[in-house]
Amino acid sequence: MALLALEFPPISHLIEWPTIFGDGAFAVNKVVLLALISAVLVFTMYFVAGRKGQLVPTGVQNFAETVVEFVQEGIILQTMGPEGLYFTPFLLTLFSFIFVTNIWGIIPVAQMPVNARMAIPAFLAILVWVIFNFVGIKKQGFFGYFKSMLFPPGVPKALYILVTPIELVSTLIVRPLSLAVRLFANMLAGHLLLVSFAVIATALFEATYVGAVLPGGLLIALTGFEVLVAVLQAFIFTILAAVYIGGAMHPEH
Amino acid sequence: MGMAMMLAEQDPGELVAGLTAVGRGIVYGGAAIGPGIGIGIVVGNAITAMARQPESAGMVRTTMFLGIAFTEALALFGFVLAFIISG
Repeated sequence: MALLALEFPPISHLIEWPTIFGDGAFAVNKVVLLALISAVLVFTMYFVAGRKGQLVPTGVQNFAETVVEFVQEGIILQTMGPEGLYFTPFLLTLFSFIFVTNIWGIIPVAQMPVNARMAIPAFLAILVWVIFNFVGIKKQGFFGYFKSMLFPPGVPKALYILVTPIELVSTLIVRPLSLAVRLFANMLAGHLLLVSFAVIATALFEATYVGAVLPGGLLIALTGFEVLVAVLQAFIFTILAAVYIGGAMHPEH
Repeated sequence: MGMAMMLAEQDPGELVAGLTAVGRGIVYGGAAIGPGIGIGIVVGNAITAMARQPESAGMVRTTMFLGIAFTEALALFGFVLAFIISG
């Protein structure tokens, strides 16, 4: 006999949404809609902030300048040095877009982190992969790039049998894979955590009223924690992109 | 009543579903051991560094997040693998 009406929904119910309109490859559901809104939101914010270019910033410009400064000081200068400032627009867009798509997870009514589906993290990771390989080949030449990637200097000659395949797999396969999976799995885990506590709190509320205090309180605390995770994952994705591009710019010596 | 008798009365589909659930738990639990220890070491040493040289806290924090990100990836692979496993 079940004491509680604890029916945990299957995972597919939590992340797969019915199509709103369109069909085939261009069908639009809630996740797609949120992704499009995020793109428009980020674009509009920087467009409005950058249009006037006042010397003494006000309003949106003030906020946008804070974010730009954070990306430049906190991410680029720490990992790539001053010449990485060329990549500020790319990394800034990456950071803002990932943050906005993540934060949908805790916004009422939306409550679905777009990055809890694999498509957008995978696309962003492939984008970063293309860019860091392109930058590496452009800066060091095709053979120079692969030489510094596959044969890192300072390793005894015999060890290259072991080191070269590992470096090849880790740079070209594991890097984009872990970049995408890290973002995706973190957002999915956060989403599932919130759903679990919501289900438990609802079931306990229906059964006992008082029992819902603890899981309900934890649910509120975890929602706050998800804000932290959304910022942190955007930060980590951007900083890893910066590290990979920076590493491709300078050969190791 | 023996274990075999109990199992024989079960619906085989139910047994597979149960064992899959156990397998998922083991996969994620196993994948979390190493990264758990690893992140502990990373953060612990970062705190030591920050306590010794508070002026370098900014640089240490950035590097700490990098270290955490690389270590954490393994646990997340396990997390995703647990969902991929099906009976």
